[in-house]
Amino acid sequence: MSASGSDRFDVAIVGAGHNGLVAAACLGRAGLRTIVLEAADAVGGAARGYEFHPGFKASGCAQILSLLRPEIVDALRLGDHGLRYAASDLATLALRGDGKYLSLNDPEAMAQESPADAANLPDFNRRMIRYANALAPSLLRAPPRMDFADRDNLWELARFGLRLRMLGRRDMRELLRIIGMNAYDLVTDEFESETVKASIALDAVMGNFMGPRSPNSVYSYLYRMAGEIDGNRGALGLPVGGIAAVMGALEAAARNAGAEIRTGATVARILIEDERAVGVVLDDGTEIASRIVVSNVDPKTSLLGLLGTEHLDTEFVRRTRHFRDRGTTAKLHLALDVLPDSLRNLPKQGQARFLLTPDLLGIERAFDACKYKTVPASLPMEIVIPTLADPSLAPEGKHVLSANVQYVPYALAEGNWDGARAKLREQLIASIDAQLPGIKDRVIGAELLTPPDIEAKFRLGGGHWHQGEISLDQIWTLRPVPGFAQYRMPVSGFYLCGAGTHPGGGITGAPGWNAAQIAIADLKSERPQ
Amino acid sequence: MKRYDAIVVGAGHNGLVAAAYMARAGLEVLVLERRHLIGGAAVSEELFPGFTYSTCSYVCSLLRPEIMRGLDLPRHGLQVIPYEGSLNVLTDGDFLASYSNHDRMRRELMRHSRRDAEAYDRYALEILRQCKFIRPMLLQTPPDPTSLRPKDLMDLVKFAKPFSELGEKRLYETMRFWTMSIGDFLDEYFETDVIKGHLAGSSIIGTALGPYSPGTAYVLLHHYMGEVDGSIGAWGYARGGMGSISNALASAAQETGRCEIRCNAEVTDIIVKNGRVKGVALADGSEFLAETVVSNLDFRRTITKLKWTEALDDELVRKGENFKIRGSSGKLNIALDGLPNFKGVAVKNNPAISGDIHYSPSLAYIERAYDDWKYGHWSKKPYLDIVIPSLMDPTMAPEGKHFMSVFVQYVPPTLHDGPWTPEKRDAFGETVISLIEDMAPGFRNLILHKQVRSPWEIENEVGLTEGNIFQGELTLDQLLFNRPVPGLAQYRGPKKGFYMCGSSMHPGGGVMGAPGYNAVREILKDLHRGAPS
Repeated sequence: MSASGSDRFDVAIVGAGHNGLVAAACLGRAGLRTIVLEAADAVGGAARGYEFHPGFKASGCAQILSLLRPEIVDALRLGDHGLRYAASDLATLALRGDGKYLSLNDPEAMAQESPADAANLPDFNRRMIRYANALAPSLLRAPPRMDFADRDNLWELARFGLRLRMLGRRDMRELLRIIGMNAYDLVTDEFESETVKASIALDAVMGNFMGPRSPNSVYSYLYRMAGEIDGNRGALGLPVGGIAAVMGALEAAARNAGAEIRTGATVARILIEDERAVGVVLDDGTEIASRIVVSNVDPKTSLLGLLGTEHLDTEFVRRTRHFRDRGTTAKLHLALDVLPDSLRNLPKQGQARFLLTPDLLGIERAFDACKYKTVPASLPMEIVIPTLADPSLAPEGKHVLSANVQYVPYALAEGNWDGARAKLREQLIASIDAQLPGIKDRVIGAELLTPPDIEAKFRLGGGHWHQGEISLDQIWTLRPVPGFAQYRMPVSGFYLCGAGTHPGGGITGAPGWNAAQIAIADLKSERPQ
Repeated sequence: MKRYDAIVVGAGHNGLVAAAYMARAGLEVLVLERRHLIGGAAVSEELFPGFTYSTCSYVCSLLRPEIMRGLDLPRHGLQVIPYEGSLNVLTDGDFLASYSNHDRMRRELMRHSRRDAEAYDRYALEILRQCKFIRPMLLQTPPDPTSLRPKDLMDLVKFAKPFSELGEKRLYETMRFWTMSIGDFLDEYFETDVIKGHLAGSSIIGTALGPYSPGTAYVLLHHYMGEVDGSIGAWGYARGGMGSISNALASAAQETGRCEIRCNAEVTDIIVKNGRVKGVALADGSEFLAETVVSNLDFRRTITKLKWTEALDDELVRKGENFKIRGSSGKLNIALDGLPNFKGVAVKNNPAISGDIHYSPSLAYIERAYDDWKYGHWSKKPYLDIVIPSLMDPTMAPEGKHFMSVFVQYVPPTLHDGPWTPEKRDAFGETVISLIEDMAPGFRNLILHKQVRSPWEIENEVGLTEGNIFQGELTLDQLLFNRPVPGLAQYRGPKKGFYMCGSSMHPGGGVMGAPGYNAVREILKDLHRGAPS
């Protein structure tokens, strides 16, 4: 059957994750007739809003907003569409048992912990943010190809080099040195307090299959430092209504730009005709014709599942299969009926995140356990209680505790998660209770999402935060597959726009934005036709 | 007092290469060595009557052919005997043999996995491509990517040229190869544990990383980029032990009549006046003057252990202290009464036994061995690289007897419960010997004499900080223009007239000679004396 005439969309987007929505808004604004097809009953992908316990709201895997590119916030006027912050500069509190903590943002507390570290930490943060921002402009550009014969590519590479040089000679040298380093070495060189070292190392490895001693973990840290909120670089925020509300703002922006969004519409496969993507087929058999198809789904599912290996050459298939995308970060949501006393006395309590972590070697040991597919004895966590800043997320007087749990293996060496999930949930609650006493008795509902749960619930293959490891061999011009980092896939008219493409995951909106620019240029020049 | 044009601190192989090329360029050179013998980690010692021990480094491949030819080392007595196979012995009677003969290798791989045998040719081709690409860089000075001086920009363009000539697709492969782990790389090609374990060994030898740590694929390359007699990636034994290389280099240097080598002469001070080096002082107080001083010591030792009469700036000292030079290897040198019988392995006419004999059953096995190291234990189940050079070189042991070198990965520089002691060292030795006994029953009864060396002994005898065999980790933060630290990668030290020529410099460790040669190129450039020849 040939799709034709006025039924035909310009663009069909598979999946309404935040990148799919950003792409839809950009494409709509460019005057292209765009439809977004989402299998779930609401938009947002892995940041989708739902009640994990009656009256208690969660935003999927997301809990902190920081990386959303300010250029996108401005261009899509997300402020007008409802983006507001309940907290926009979270302090980092490292828990040290029995309700005690060290605030990394409190100069006096830091001076008591270690005068040397207190002096160095603000400088360290400034340096890291400076390096992160030297890399940041490339976040909103398609990676150049390594084709030196092409002047545009050569110019793009020269621009990249020049931007690094603009840092100044000293900083450029330091950035080129540390970018391939491991977090363990970096924090050991810089700090003496075990708490400070472990806190920074945890931020470096969170979301990735890496221990503090894994090379490339410093890159992952810089990537996570590249965010900004209202011009405040490196800031961490909690949006009003949770991250799910940001998904709502993106949805509004997309609809406002003329895009059609259909939820409950599961794409079964990509329609191929004459070796070109010409639309999608839903699981109920409905065909939706479009000039091009853009997939927000993870690379493996998009290419090996929805598209199908019969349309790809074996080398490309082999590369795609080896894209490392097994998640190691779980998500815990707790519904609390009352705030325990240990949390009442915290200053600026709504403006903080808690790091629950063993020391540096303890984090490495937890990684080792995960490496061999066992559950670590002590799991590092990043915890927020968003209801302290935004009470609307729970019934009155009640609270939500949300935690990213690092080093939960995707698969277990023995048994499976159905047998082990409840035990891990209790282990985590006990571990939080030891740090914030009283939590355990206040839990009236709990949800633990292991990586396979995340995979199933959000249709996120591998259950990985970033749809695939953020490591030097899987970023930039190598992401997701070398030679195909410019969002165009080998089948004409088929594009990827998810976190599995440059620059990666987190709520950045960048892959969606970049893919849309490429698609718009191609459609305007009729390139893939 | 006699004045010298240049003083080399330390008679390691790179110091000797540097001395030889400087003397050939007409400089009066003095080499000062702390120990009683020259060679650093490339030495032969008779530690048991009639047996020659290659005490530290034990095989040869990386020595640059340009240096071999340029200094005419064969004429000075160096003969490299290539070996034609290797083994990965398991304790259950099975093994993987590898042969330089392609058909024989293929048959052996097929015995384990038809699919892996198919993949091996693709794998070998890819590794060869990466080697060919990197080899021309070894004898180049890394450019400074931060400099905007026209000369440096030209150097950068020149250095980048091979990258652009690779072509787009190959360039991606190279970018991945330099940043990924050997585990991920091998998993893309092979399915069989014993094959992956066998091939991964070279990626972790001397390196404080596990096979699944990113960056280890590059370390593999570092071991494959050598050659013996034009055969890329081949390894061999220096006849008479590794000391023969040092002796040949010393002979080449002394033949010029302008190079003096003194042993038992420990340099403690670098004499600096008005920001310029003037000479060195020894532990016994004597002084030697020269306008050029070249350190063969590792970077950390050069910066933090030598006394500088004009202080170095604090930031540089901090960088010296933070230089990543981790001890991760140990060594056993053993005199044997006869040839051990490795389970299931034929001894007669088997070239596989003449080369490296690994104990490396799988990637996971090596990864666990690494995990022990991270927490200050020697690997309870270590990776072993055993060679028996006396099989190919009869000068190493009396007839019918054998010298065996056992390289052990991973061994920490200090242990979780404190520093090394003789008791702990012996316990470590026992761990290794009982493992070899499992591979070759009856082995223990063949031992006539053994020497066990932890990183502590390597540091204290040879002078390599933490016993690191490469004079510094070969990770991205310490390669090319980052080696040893950004801004000092061009062989020039922190004071005028001071140079560094050890393996802490590009392109790094192994008995290669490249850092020594590259340092002389920069020295002669500064002295306006043309190129080394």
